[in-house]
Amino acid sequence: MAMIRQCAIYGKGGIGKSTTTQNLVAGLAAEGKKVMIVGCDPKADSTRLILHAKAQNTIMQMAADAGTVEDLELDDVLKVGYGGVRCVESGGPEPGVGCAGRGVITAINFLEEEGAYEEELDFVFYDVLGDVVCGGFAMPIRENKAQEIYIVVSGEMMAMYAANNIAKGICKYATSGKVRLAGLICNSRKTDREAELIEALAAKMGTQMIHFVPRDNVVQRAEIRRMTVIEYDPTAKQADEYRELARKIVENKKLVIPTPLTMDELEDLLMEFGILDEEDESIVGKTAAAEAALCAA
Amino acid sequence: MSMNRQETEQLIQEVLEVYPEATGKQRAKHLMANDSSLEKSNKCIVANKKALPGVMTARGCAYAGAKGVVWGPVKDVLNISHGPVGCGQFSRAGRRNYVTGHSGVNIFNDINFTSDFQEKDVVFGGDKKLAKLISELDGLFPLAKGVTIQSECPIGLIGDDIEAVAKKSAKEIGKVVVPVRCEGFRGVSQSLGHHVANDSLRDWVLHGRDDDQSFEATPYDVAITGDYNIGGDAWSSRILLEEIGLRVIAQWSGDGSIPEMQTTRHAKLNLLHCYRSMNYISRHMEEKYGIPWLEYNFFGPTKIAESLRKIAAFFDDTIKENAERVIAKYQPTMDAIVAKYRPRLEGKRVLLFVGGLRPRHVIGAYEDLGMEVIGAGYEFAHNDDYDRTFKELQDGALIYDDATSFELESFVERLKPDLIGSGIKEKYVFHKMGIPFRQMHSWDYSGPYHGYDGFAIFARDMDMTINNPCWQKLKAPWQRAGAETLQAVA
Repeated sequence: MAMIRQCAIYGKGGIGKSTTTQNLVAGLAAEGKKVMIVGCDPKADSTRLILHAKAQNTIMQMAADAGTVEDLELDDVLKVGYGGVRCVESGGPEPGVGCAGRGVITAINFLEEEGAYEEELDFVFYDVLGDVVCGGFAMPIRENKAQEIYIVVSGEMMAMYAANNIAKGICKYATSGKVRLAGLICNSRKTDREAELIEALAAKMGTQMIHFVPRDNVVQRAEIRRMTVIEYDPTAKQADEYRELARKIVENKKLVIPTPLTMDELEDLLMEFGILDEEDESIVGKTAAAEAALCAA
Repeated sequence: MSMNRQETEQLIQEVLEVYPEATGKQRAKHLMANDSSLEKSNKCIVANKKALPGVMTARGCAYAGAKGVVWGPVKDVLNISHGPVGCGQFSRAGRRNYVTGHSGVNIFNDINFTSDFQEKDVVFGGDKKLAKLISELDGLFPLAKGVTIQSECPIGLIGDDIEAVAKKSAKEIGKVVVPVRCEGFRGVSQSLGHHVANDSLRDWVLHGRDDDQSFEATPYDVAITGDYNIGGDAWSSRILLEEIGLRVIAQWSGDGSIPEMQTTRHAKLNLLHCYRSMNYISRHMEEKYGIPWLEYNFFGPTKIAESLRKIAAFFDDTIKENAERVIAKYQPTMDAIVAKYRPRLEGKRVLLFVGGLRPRHVIGAYEDLGMEVIGAGYEFAHNDDYDRTFKELQDGALIYDDATSFELESFVERLKPDLIGSGIKEKYVFHKMGIPFRQMHSWDYSGPYHGYDGFAIFARDMDMTINNPCWQKLKAPWQRAGAETLQAVA
């Protein structure tokens, strides 16, 4: 059995991680690859397009209902969807209570102990909550888990800040383990010179923009039907894009320890592309009243 | 003889030499030679600071201070250890704070109540479980006067809203429900737990009967604060206060209860034994109800007489006369005790390392027996404790704050005391070094040590420890002095 390639998808909240992950996984499945998706987000929406479900029963919810996580069997939590894709959701609390990070840790430990990774698999994809707010959400990139990290990004400033921060997190774990940055996936927001900007950012971080996914409303049309584009309309142009992304990931050999940018470098890059204006030091800390007085003088 | 200041400073320097430079610099601030002329300690010793990584400290955590020390002895509440099972189980019924009543009926100190957190409770939060637990407990133990929620570490990490649960549950069961934010990772020692527990008493308990006028107060009402009734200490203190004509209306918190605490506002004077753990609530009662507070010391006849006079001075002549009468009444018994034990203990040198009060408070009792305290240190004292220590100790005596195990062992090796008074963590280390040792947190399963009754037991215990024949038998016969002659004969 060949090594299972374990990949984690990170990126700013709302950037389209779950949509991108499921579409690209559908692309891999269509190629005959055996894939498992592990949703690491209390919202548990990482597998709905594969399973045509509203929300999958999560490991943590079922553990709570059963008593403890030891009372669960793998079959209880693992569902098979489109193209034979195996799906699990770690789950977690509703917003504002408990500890979602611990939920991710418990769920992944459970999957390991129950042998979820011993099945014949080509790929495992972890779809992780937007911000790596605590140790729990770094669980997928610790030793012996995901070794390839893909960051979903767009040409918007905050998305790039987030991508750079995630790269910093990868550096922390890369020095002690085998986790590597495998590329940026640009999920287009149709900003100016977007592909060029993300390519420049990727180059500075020592990685690549593995694919530029254009914006297309077919994605939303498919989502309403709880389907991936590849399943909903395999002839759509967007389906080709996801298949292309899947192919590039299969062939990807460029795994690097990233070189995150300093704040100044990042701002310089943004200014170069006209996203950020040159900072005017003379106005820092000036109230509106003070400025008005200055103008009047 | 004890060392002079210069010799003690020399000893401190030599012990510090072993440390790496930065550690040595930090630890130097926690060690000093006593200067009994000092009034303020803040320029000469640093206290209540985080223990350094890599050294062994004897300190506990905030949960230990709140659940173990302050709340644990209250007999009519159900103290819930909120979190995983261990904190509650390993602190259960180990402190020897005596209570009267029937376990599970009207006293609950020896039972471990816990929410027994599992993974799912951490992930989904424990608020619902807690509310259910409180409601079930109320059904099981209807005579309990209230419930406390003692937070273990995970509660603070996951941000459970125990205050909201407390408010809701209090309405449901019609009793006090007290949230105590004593997560173990907070603060530098158990000392923060004392403060947190005092604040919880202030905010959730103290005012509970402010509208109730049925209490019939007398001019002689007092409350004992900061006595946890270890081995019955509060009882042997209480009888003396009653003998001089005062009425003890509350004990905080040894053998204490919620109703007593809520009627304490009628007291004319709060008598504070453990300043470190209950100065907070005493100050609050002074501010809110105008009750003055007075620190006293009931260890050994000298300090007891001093304290009884000091207390009596707050009241009328009858009480003052009573105090003199009581002191005179016990004097012959005390003289007999001293006559019996002093010759056996005279000149013995003692090293103390206890919590936040006793290193200074028991000095008088040792001195009554002709013994000498050559070193004293606290696990979790603050600077105001050291302010109160300088006068009690001899000039040049060694003082150590949050001593590391290395320091303590080094001091003992060098000073060779005749007796060490400290805790269970230290006990067997020094037993193995062949040095008599008494546990001064738990009275080594003995007590009480407070009051005149307590002094009789204290004196007996010190004698049987120091003069125990076992200390002569630590070496095998062929290793003892004179063994060569034995061999020669053979």
